[in-house]
Amino acid sequence: MTEVSPSLGSRDPGASVQRLSGPRRDRAVALASHPLTLRLFTALILFSAWEYAGRVPVSAGFPGFIETMKAMAEMTADGLLVAALLITLQPLALGLAISAVIGIGLGIGMGLSRVAEWLMAPPFIVMQAAPMAALIPLLVFAYGIGLAAKVLTVCIMAMPVIVLNSYLAIRQTPASLIEMGRSFQGSKPQIILKIMLPSASPVIFAGLRLGAAAGFIGAILAELLITPTGIGDLITYNQSIAEYPKMYAAIFSVIALSVLFIEGLGKIEAAIFRREGRRA
Amino acid sequence: MTARARPAIADTPIIEVKNLSKTYEGGVEALNDVSLDVPQGKLTTLLGPSGCGKTTLLKIIAGLIPSTKGEVRVSGRMVTGPGPDRAFVFQDFALMPWATVLRNVAFGLELRGVGREEREAVARRHIAEVGLAGFEHRHPHELSGGMRQRVGLARALAVDADVLLMDEPFSSVDEQTRRKFQEDMLSLLSARGKTVLFVTHSIEEAVYLSDRIVLLSRRPSRVAEVIEPDIRRGDDPEAIRRHPAYLDTVETIWQGLKRYLD
Repeated sequence: MTEVSPSLGSRDPGASVQRLSGPRRDRAVALASHPLTLRLFTALILFSAWEYAGRVPVSAGFPGFIETMKAMAEMTADGLLVAALLITLQPLALGLAISAVIGIGLGIGMGLSRVAEWLMAPPFIVMQAAPMAALIPLLVFAYGIGLAAKVLTVCIMAMPVIVLNSYLAIRQTPASLIEMGRSFQGSKPQIILKIMLPSASPVIFAGLRLGAAAGFIGAILAELLITPTGIGDLITYNQSIAEYPKMYAAIFSVIALSVLFIEGLGKIEAAIFRREGRRA
Repeated sequence: MTARARPAIADTPIIEVKNLSKTYEGGVEALNDVSLDVPQGKLTTLLGPSGCGKTTLLKIIAGLIPSTKGEVRVSGRMVTGPGPDRAFVFQDFALMPWATVLRNVAFGLELRGVGREEREAVARRHIAEVGLAGFEHRHPHELSGGMRQRVGLARALAVDADVLLMDEPFSSVDEQTRRKFQEDMLSLLSARGKTVLFVTHSIEEAVYLSDRIVLLSRRPSRVAEVIEPDIRRGDDPEAIRRHPAYLDTVETIWQGLKRYLD
């Protein structure tokens, strides 16, 4: 799958660079333009700016990068951070799993059936547009301050984008592919399973990634607004006793976790679809 | 006389279209009382100005869209939907981008429940016949437009239908590739005795390929004329394109179609 026949080649922009310059310069260019190098470079700039702002200082309550990392190392060493993350992960994992299963199911249903679309598309469009965090007090009122309210907070944040992406993904199956399936006498289930779902899967996965990001926001919101547990507890507690490096360490850790999780989803997707050679 | 006008009735028709009309929702009248026969084992072209309903007619014959009035019979059986006696070749290729050439070509058989080994063996044979041997495990995005349509043709051939319905199969293929592809397709089809119904808006293509050309008028379409180019197949393709009969037929059709343009 990697090598391309001569008649098809030369479309790869890397190929023309190779001819123009020497192999050593080429390797340097390749290394410098490698995505990982670029990402590390971005991180370096960001963290330097953070450290600089901490040293100015912007505010007494704003520690620099190094100080925050020290606090994070400390909290990791005494097990506090990991314990807190595990607590936060509970409603998050539950909420995301529920949102993914129900959301993708509903979205696909809406994509396939006009009636389901009529019934359910408007609420989800409203849900996506509305600031759902405003509903958290309502959830507490109905479900108390326990796990249920937190799981639901994650769901209302994550589900709309998952549903709407799945629904649009199914709807956007190229008409000619469906016609092709019909012309070869494919049954309705065959057309859905062999044509519509594979065609829709990249957009469904994109919705899942966006939903996961929204779910992280929901989980932290729930911990800050409902009852302080896990990372939310670390943030509020350390803020209240003016341990700002620890507070920022807690915030940083949840951001890092979120990024890693969403990257992980991307990797899973790539593992499934790279074999199939899709580029988009 | 190089091109003979004939009634639209053949001796051994495999496709019979009788008084077919199609009005789309919203009142667009695509076809108006079209009747035509397609002779068995021949290549028949539907030719007409763009937007004249050629593709609509082809898709009704394929059973992909319903007609408003009239009937279509293939081998005497009324068409109510797609069937194993017809295979479609799409203008935009309609290849699954996530599947390899092999799976795409075998897909018609896969939908019919043919076992993996058997369908892949059949697919490999047809991939080789359209000149794509060695590309079995490539994906469509790795192929040129012409190669992609060869995949589409191989997929249609793999199900071994009596009738091939081709919807402007070369319109997304560049000119040089198209000529080579046309020649290859003719030699591929001549050995198989397939009936081909071919939609095109290219007069040259129609005259070069066809045993019979059905000229359609502007929308709502009717059959304006049926022409059978008096050109011997099997000649050197370049000679055909220079042959006076070829050039005269192109000219006759152009004169006939010109009145539909404004």
